[in-house]
Amino acid sequence: MWQSYEMPTSVEEALEALTRFDGRAQIIAGGTDLIIELQEGKHTVECLVDVTRIPGLDQIEQIDDWILIGPNVTFRQIKDSSLLQGQARVLAEAAASVGALQIQTVATLAGNVASALPAADGCVALLALDAEAQVTSVSGQYWHPVGELFLGPGKSSVDPTRQMITSIRFPSPQGRHGSAWERIGRRRALVLPILNCAVSVVLDIDSRSIEAAGIGLGPVAPVPFRARETEAFLAGKPATEETFVQAAQIAAAEAKPRTSVLRASKEYRTRVLQVLVRQGLGRAVDQAQARAT
Amino acid sequence: MEQKTVPLTMIVNGRRVTVQIESDELLVDVLRDRLDLIGTKIGCNEGECGACTVIMDGQAVLSCLIPAMRAQGRQVTTIEGLSDGDTLHPLQQAFVEHGAVQCGYCTPGFIMSAKALMDENQHPSRDEIKEAIAGNLCRCTGYVKIIEAIESVADQSH
Repeated sequence: MWQSYEMPTSVEEALEALTRFDGRAQIIAGGTDLIIELQEGKHTVECLVDVTRIPGLDQIEQIDDWILIGPNVTFRQIKDSSLLQGQARVLAEAAASVGALQIQTVATLAGNVASALPAADGCVALLALDAEAQVTSVSGQYWHPVGELFLGPGKSSVDPTRQMITSIRFPSPQGRHGSAWERIGRRRALVLPILNCAVSVVLDIDSRSIEAAGIGLGPVAPVPFRARETEAFLAGKPATEETFVQAAQIAAAEAKPRTSVLRASKEYRTRVLQVLVRQGLGRAVDQAQARAT
Repeated sequence: MEQKTVPLTMIVNGRRVTVQIESDELLVDVLRDRLDLIGTKIGCNEGECGACTVIMDGQAVLSCLIPAMRAQGRQVTTIEGLSDGDTLHPLQQAFVEHGAVQCGYCTPGFIMSAKALMDENQHPSRDEIKEAIAGNLCRCTGYVKIIEAIESVADQSH
């Protein structure tokens, strides 16, 4: 599958290894997607550059107005993080729904972003949080909105043979905020979702109306989907069940889930999507209101 | 392409071992084929069944998805590391007593998941047990007897 395996101890060393192999080496973190792809022969690589031993990249921190997640942070760390359970519950809950415990223990959020799969729980949650990823290469270091990194199913603009995701961040939610994760699959563990849905909301000062909302959905498009029309509709609306029902209809109309042999029919998924959006909004708003009291 | 081999040193079941491997071997294959620890099973070989579960540095992982080189210098525990001579580990004994084994293929994986859980939490609740073994599939016994077996050990250690 590969001829050599390197374990650098700094980002510079990792990038140097990529440069040395000139496109024939690639970054591996948790590797729970990559190993399967390599075994299936989907692509070949001469060298794997394992970044999991680079110290300091496994932190979840709040710095100023940002929450930062290091590239070696695993879903298990995210699920268990009290900072994220409080500030970004949607991400903690999404992490708990990835694969099963053995997968959560090694798979990373950064790897989830790099894999760019349309159903990726971590990516869908990051969309609702308006997250950005820091991409580092020998030519520099840039922040990109996570949503702009997805090019197609399994295709990311992050080139793992030249670049590495070195951090993920999102604005630390202020004021009366709440977020929630909804997911339906054939069973609860070890399955890809039939649908997943990430919601985050900020309420106005008297907790009666929605100031801003973020909605991520998957898998309804070639890439993790951000429901921008639904978000625009929700801004300024009263935080009531009636609003949630209307938002759910708009989400279904803009996401247009399709029939999938692996998943379910279009009709079923269209209805379930509305239930998930409605429930997610309800839970996120409840959380925000509880914070206000 | 002819591969040259590289040395891999890890602590397996408490013993330091060094083996020559090809750099693209997976942990499950090194354990089974190079160290003859065939208690660890290969089910799906793509991270969906849990049969290959081992404990690495205290946490349950799927050895079919771990490049063996990543285990360099790490502690790895397999099902063979649990019994004390002829005396079964309490989890193994409980699986026998509760009829939690039928064909037995998934059993080592279940026991390693349960062991990782109980090393962290001596008195797990039924829900915590279910979560810990959600990544392990059994196609014959069903899960009730397996959960009961693990629960019995959790209760004993009260």
